[in-house]
Amino acid sequence: MTLDDFLKNPMEWMDADGPHRRIVLSSRIRFARNLCAFAFPGWAKKAERQRALEVILPVVKKLPEMESCFAASMDALSALDKQLLVERHLISREHAARNVGSGVVINQQETLSVMINEEDHLRMQSLKSGLQLKSAFKVLDKVDTELEADLDYAFSPRLGYLTACPTNVGTGMRASAMLHLPGMVLSEQINQVVQAAGKLGLAVRGLYGEGTEALGNVFQISNQTTLGEREAEILERLNKVILQIVEYEENARLSLLEKKPRLVYDQVGRAYGILTNARAISSKEALNLLSLVRMGADMGMFPAGTHRVMDELFILTQPAHVQKTVDRKLTAEERDLCRADVIRARLKDLPPPREDSAEPAADEPKETV
Amino acid sequence: MCGSMLCDICKKAEATVHLTQIVEGKILKVDMCEACAKAKGVQDSAAFSLAELLAGFAPEPTAEESQTEAPVLRCPSCGMTQADFKKIGRFGCAQCWTTFQEGLSALLKAMHKGDHHVGKVPGKAAHTVVINEKIKQLSEELQKAIRNEQYEEAALLRDQIRMLEKKLNAV
Repeated sequence: MTLDDFLKNPMEWMDADGPHRRIVLSSRIRFARNLCAFAFPGWAKKAERQRALEVILPVVKKLPEMESCFAASMDALSALDKQLLVERHLISREHAARNVGSGVVINQQETLSVMINEEDHLRMQSLKSGLQLKSAFKVLDKVDTELEADLDYAFSPRLGYLTACPTNVGTGMRASAMLHLPGMVLSEQINQVVQAAGKLGLAVRGLYGEGTEALGNVFQISNQTTLGEREAEILERLNKVILQIVEYEENARLSLLEKKPRLVYDQVGRAYGILTNARAISSKEALNLLSLVRMGADMGMFPAGTHRVMDELFILTQPAHVQKTVDRKLTAEERDLCRADVIRARLKDLPPPREDSAEPAADEPKETV
Repeated sequence: MCGSMLCDICKKAEATVHLTQIVEGKILKVDMCEACAKAKGVQDSAAFSLAELLAGFAPEPTAEESQTEAPVLRCPSCGMTQADFKKIGRFGCAQCWTTFQEGLSALLKAMHKGDHHVGKVPGKAAHTVVINEKIKQLSEELQKAIRNEQYEEAALLRDQIRMLEKKLNAV
């Protein structure tokens, strides 16, 4: 399957409505695994990396979960294609920088991806809509067990799964959720959340992980430790904290509507106005305005289903996706024009926000995915 | 300086005590007269350190000596050194975890919730762990049987252990 054909399919995790989808965009589990027979990718010479890739790639491709998958060697992908995969959260920014001797395998629903020879020989991740850490873990745990039948993992009974970086040793697991927290940002409580999470051994980061900005009021929360704690305990702790943050966010929104309704309608209305009329818009501005409209949708100011359109635009307005719509490389200025077109086209049927019907909507009914 | 050697310390008497020590990969040589050797406590070999003695008078390092460096800790599997790890912050291979294990426990404790793994164990490893435990248990029973002169029982246990060891090697 070519990448273009592949990307025509909708991203299942984004399309589905997982629990707490209003605030929790997605849940992700990542495992780091290595083979004993080869030096780790960052230290191995090119030939050794290629040998490791030749061993791992066929095993990953024949997983039942990877039926009709997209698989490629990193040197076979253009810079634009790699960027597309980063924007869809299917590979890391670090992996996008790799070439010969590294590879990637992604399932058709884009809920499962395996990076080969990133920092570790295997970095596999499972993605789910909303807050579903446990079910994402189950999927990945099964994949891991299947892979282990054919691959000799580097494992020590005392230290667990051996990784290139000591911060990942043990379970090799990083569990994270993407949270949309405009209420916490507007009410200036977000720094407290970041600090409190830090005290509980959890990290709060920006939209694209480590060292990135929290654009569009989207924050990633994840566990920082991997040794001395069972996977289930890590997930339980993270899940608890996320539920707490969801409650804080709901309260922050309620209190904003109660105390400063004008401010909320003003912010959402302006965002709507700019997004539906702009002829040039940067990615950063777009994300921040889309975030406000998404919050307005959660508050009942837009028709049902609007939040899903916003989530889609969160990705479609990213630089590589904008360039993909015209299928050529664009300068930053050209991208801004093109991005505004993409947004206006997508929002042409969206009515202006209704102030009267705005009411704090209860959490949507939970669906099982 | 042909024929006889002068004492390195007093530079007067003839050197009759010749010492060679290897300290941290460097060859140290000293030639002394008997009086100086006695004064420095060379006779008492246990308490004697050539390096300490030499600290009093800097020896001229020969070209050979200055080239030999202190031995470095190097991973036998991938060639990574401690200095490499300190620079990169990543290990080179699985074997590195054993090579550089000294001092690692403190680092891991500071970084994580504990210093040993309690999570998932791969099936293969679990298999090995279980068999090893069983062999250990049977070996204890075997020793007990031998002590009690229950040789039939001992023979049975011995066969069981051999079978498990075969199984282990087949994994």
